[in-house]
Amino acid sequence: MLNSRSGNKRLDRRIILDRSIKIVFSFSVFIALGILTILLSSIIIQSIGWLDWQFLTSNLSINAQRAGIKGVITGTLLMMVILAPVTLILGVATAIFLEEYVRKGWFHSIVKINISNLSAVPSVIFGLLGLTIFSRLLGLGSSILAGALTMSLLILPIVVVSAQEAIKAVPGFLREASYAMGATKWTTIRKVVLPSALPGILTGSILGLSRAIGETAPLIVIGIPALILKMPQSIMDNFTALPVQIYYWTLDSVLVREYANLAAATIVVLLTMLLTLNVSAIILRSKFQRRY
Amino acid sequence: MAKTYIYDTKKFSLWYGSKQALKDIDLKIAANEVTAIIGPSGCGKSTYIKTLNRMVDLIPSVRTEGEIIYDGRDIFDKTIRVEELRTRVGMVFQKPNPFPKSIFENVVYGPRIHGVRNRSELEDIAERSLRAAALWDEVKDRLKDNAYSLSGGQQQRLCIARVLAVEPEVVLMDEPTSALDPLSTLKIEDLVQELKEKYTIVIVTHNMQQASRISDMTAFFLLGELIEFDNTEKIFRQPADKRTEDYITGRFG
Repeated sequence: MLNSRSGNKRLDRRIILDRSIKIVFSFSVFIALGILTILLSSIIIQSIGWLDWQFLTSNLSINAQRAGIKGVITGTLLMMVILAPVTLILGVATAIFLEEYVRKGWFHSIVKINISNLSAVPSVIFGLLGLTIFSRLLGLGSSILAGALTMSLLILPIVVVSAQEAIKAVPGFLREASYAMGATKWTTIRKVVLPSALPGILTGSILGLSRAIGETAPLIVIGIPALILKMPQSIMDNFTALPVQIYYWTLDSVLVREYANLAAATIVVLLTMLLTLNVSAIILRSKFQRRY
Repeated sequence: MAKTYIYDTKKFSLWYGSKQALKDIDLKIAANEVTAIIGPSGCGKSTYIKTLNRMVDLIPSVRTEGEIIYDGRDIFDKTIRVEELRTRVGMVFQKPNPFPKSIFENVVYGPRIHGVRNRSELEDIAERSLRAAALWDEVKDRLKDNAYSLSGGQQQRLCIARVLAVEPEVVLMDEPTSALDPLSTLKIEDLVQELKEKYTIVIVTHNMQQASRISDMTAFFLLGELIEFDNTEKIFRQPADKRTEDYITGRFG
């Protein structure tokens, strides 16, 4: 006969353990979500009354009441406009070369390990690299172009690795089918491999871009000035970007308290952009689920 | 009646690294016949058929000796362009492998990469190839559907249509029905009979009934060697070699 309770001490212990494990795990989730909620709500509360149309469409100003981030948003967007194609082309080309052309051997492994390592290098280091090469050596100063190229270096490893994974996931039988039709390697890559790998490549690239939007350190290292009062006109102009502006406003909030509200409002704008990018990555991924 | 031979394999050997997969194969394949290659797994039959259109090139560390004459030249000759060889020698694989594109795009893949741009010409080719692969009636109203919406047997016939679209001389089939149900298998076997009017067919199969049903000539491979090659009827009625007999009577394999 089955005992409804007690009688079986070991089973009792296992059931208690089973339940407490669940509590421990859900507690971890609550900690993460709780902190996120506190963070978001405090930022949103601080930004209330500051984040309005005027804030989005005005230029920077020392006067907190009149200050706006039109130029800052423009700076970030212009940087993206250069960053996205440069990174996508370089990253995908590298991934194709590594996956389709290089024989799997010591060269392939060394390059692969190095790329993985690069994606763990602190962003300040990439800032120094950008400062040396783009700002000083090529004389680009702290222009949008210099910033974009530096950021491109920073997210290239992410894009390369995700593109490699996407290319690797294209089943070999599709390549075989193409080669057996008399297709050259490039035709096979262009008409079979890339179309199948594209959703994965785009997802990885979008995640890379969202990293670049949020990064502060490299831009500060290449010398973005603390306050710029005019709009950037071309990619050779000095500029400021959202995270940098958040950084400076937070620093200066010791002097002018309202700057903290401006920073909060800017954070909301930045988070909205990040959310949009990440959601589009998720949509892309689910929309193009593989079906072979 | 004298046969025209399309392939002449002369003392051909192949190694994967240090492992020898084919040993001194001598084999002539006649035009407009179905040549079946049978043998237990690991006997080199797949390797041999993949050599005929040099798909073995895709495997690193492959080394060959001897020659395979096709159209008067050794296919391993340095001046042979493998893309041209593979256009003239099509291949159907074990598992149906359509591209994740529409049915239409699958069929016209070959013509497209070989430079056919004209839309109505592509449509003609698609219809002709799908008819030849006995698939037209089933898909004519859904050419824009994804190829993976087809059943396995239909997918395999689509792959055959895709090969026929580039008008090859030879169609190589590497166990084309091993992933299919009996009904689809029958359809493909019937198709093979029709296709040999226009094409030379080499088919690898582990199904001996299939070999006896559809082929004119049968080659029996064992451990990388060609044990026996003769008329299919002869092979299945009175095999000359004891090992062939053991295999076709199911004593091993």
